[in-house]
Amino acid sequence: MDIFLQQLINGLVVGSIYALIALGYTMVYGIMQLINFAHGEIVMIGAMVTITCINLLIGAGVNLPGPLLLLAGLLMAIPVSMLLGYTIERVAYRPLRRAPRLAPLITAIGVSIVLQQAAMLIWGRNYRPFPQILPTTVHDFFGAAITDLQIAIVILSLVLMGGLFWLIERTKLGRAMRATAQNPDVAGLMGVNINTVISMTFIIGSSLGAVAGVMVAANYDQAHAYMGFMIGLKAFTAAVLGGIGNIGGAVVGGLLLGIIESLGSGYLGDLTGGFLGSHYKDIFAFVVLIGVLVFRPSGLLGERVAERA
Amino acid sequence: MQSKKQIITFAALAVVLAILPWAITGGFENGKSWLRAVDFALLYIMLALGLNIVVGFAGLLDLGYIAFYAVGAYSFALLNSPHLAAVLPAWLMHPPLLVMLLIAACVAGVFGVLLGTPTLKLRGDYLAIVTLGFGEIIRIFLNNLDRPVNITNGPQGINNISKVNIAGYDLGRPIEWFGLKFDTVHLYYYLILAFCCLIIFVTLRLQRSRIGRAWVAIREDEIAANAMGINTRNVKLLAFAMGASFGGVSGALFASFQGFVSPESFVLMESIMVLCMVVLGGMGHIPGVILGAILVSITPEVLRDVINPLQSAVFGERLFDPENLRMLIFGLAMIIIMLLRPEGLWPSKRRAREFHEHEEEAKA
Repeated sequence: MDIFLQQLINGLVVGSIYALIALGYTMVYGIMQLINFAHGEIVMIGAMVTITCINLLIGAGVNLPGPLLLLAGLLMAIPVSMLLGYTIERVAYRPLRRAPRLAPLITAIGVSIVLQQAAMLIWGRNYRPFPQILPTTVHDFFGAAITDLQIAIVILSLVLMGGLFWLIERTKLGRAMRATAQNPDVAGLMGVNINTVISMTFIIGSSLGAVAGVMVAANYDQAHAYMGFMIGLKAFTAAVLGGIGNIGGAVVGGLLLGIIESLGSGYLGDLTGGFLGSHYKDIFAFVVLIGVLVFRPSGLLGERVAERA
Repeated sequence: MQSKKQIITFAALAVVLAILPWAITGGFENGKSWLRAVDFALLYIMLALGLNIVVGFAGLLDLGYIAFYAVGAYSFALLNSPHLAAVLPAWLMHPPLLVMLLIAACVAGVFGVLLGTPTLKLRGDYLAIVTLGFGEIIRIFLNNLDRPVNITNGPQGINNISKVNIAGYDLGRPIEWFGLKFDTVHLYYYLILAFCCLIIFVTLRLQRSRIGRAWVAIREDEIAANAMGINTRNVKLLAFAMGASFGGVSGALFASFQGFVSPESFVLMESIMVLCMVVLGGMGHIPGVILGAILVSITPEVLRDVINPLQSAVFGERLFDPENLRMLIFGLAMIIIMLLRPEGLWPSKRRAREFHEHEEEAKA
């Protein structure tokens, strides 16, 4: 039983990170019908900038408690990611807004390659360890172990998601975003500045991505120039699982994928009598995805989209 | 080939293609590695044409296409290496080339249908992510099927794959003909070129056939195509199977040329690269796709040679890691080409016109 609980907790932690990243994908998709392939790289750069910043502060002899150092790093990483997200949209996507659908997909892949290689040039090809600044107290939770960091990750994710819901449902910007998602041309006629709304979407999504990147790095104690690819892929899978374009769907999909993966890797060996080991956990995620999409072709919470001309 | 002009162009092209390997090995210092790159470019042309059927003709976005290349490569590897020789019946081992390629095409085609069947109802990006997942599933299986029963030999891959043997000639050994020494790279150049031409011919004929027109109809409007009496389910499955079998043939040739296969050759990035070839060149337009495949596969190789002299010229020293810098430039080139020519480098006339119509509508 405690193994089950342990896997559930691990899954919840990873899942809430997936959900944060998936929100970035789904917001952009909802508004522009574009898979923002470069989002994973923004997550990676958020993690890298934070680590560098913390190391610089420690190197400069700044004596602050760990969480404050982390906060300082985050305060550096978030603006960098926002700027990056804004620039990417401005340079690579905006000129192609009326182009065939696959054209911005290719520029997105191009941006992703450029960011990966640039990160390799800046930070080198080795794993960057996450500085040991956070307390590692382990709490006992009904027989399962949970660390301060894990609790912080889950709570912070929930707060950020709550904030995003509030932003989208209750503010003027949120209303403009929903209107643009429904129909950009009509929203424009109603006085919504589409360009600003899209830029803001990228900026918000990128800042969530940066926070998620730091969570990944802290959770796995390391970061790497290629880490954005896999985590981005998983998060995108989560967004599709929940129904892409749907904010609630991204959260549900992210949490679900994290938990499925964690339980899957824990029990896959037992279930198949040792035939399939835990290294098949990535398959588990994709098989579940395909299974869900066969029965619900637009994801768990996605609405049936009418045929677009 | 109706007019005289076309015949002349065709003949000139044939002569150029026949002389090309000798020009490369004779003209460059490390000519053999360049010719190797050209051989790979030919394999990529086959892949790009196969994906073009799925993405360009039928309009189904496939991000896991490299899985079929992998299936073809592994079918060739298993039947032509000592790895499973003890288990498989002897009559199955080392089949003649054409039989082998037929097997590879069929196995890959079956996998294409396997992928196609559950995804028929999906549209656009949902399809993209499922195909992507399918590609990853295949790769993960190749990576892990070394236990409990060793089938794919896991991450180490399969070694000692024998070269193709045609009419008693072993392509693994140099052959002397008319005073010319044909090395393995030369021989494979002609072999791959032959199949590449075959695939180009098949694609050209397919495009103008009833099936080809049905694919385009589905791409433009699936509901209308259905209403016109096209069996969209079968035609879509056929697109998947056809595209996959091209990938399978290309993969089989790859395995025998390389002599070694491992799951590392079939990562998601490869699928994305093939998609880039199709889109950069001009989706749905066969000459465009060929151009895209050549550019995307050769450019990184050219950059590999050019990058260090370039760095020294610009900065006066080697400032950056050449490997990263070259991919960085490649990524930038992709962005710039798409920004300047969103319809691809060499689109079909119809598509280019459609695209500019949109532009005019937007302006109006």
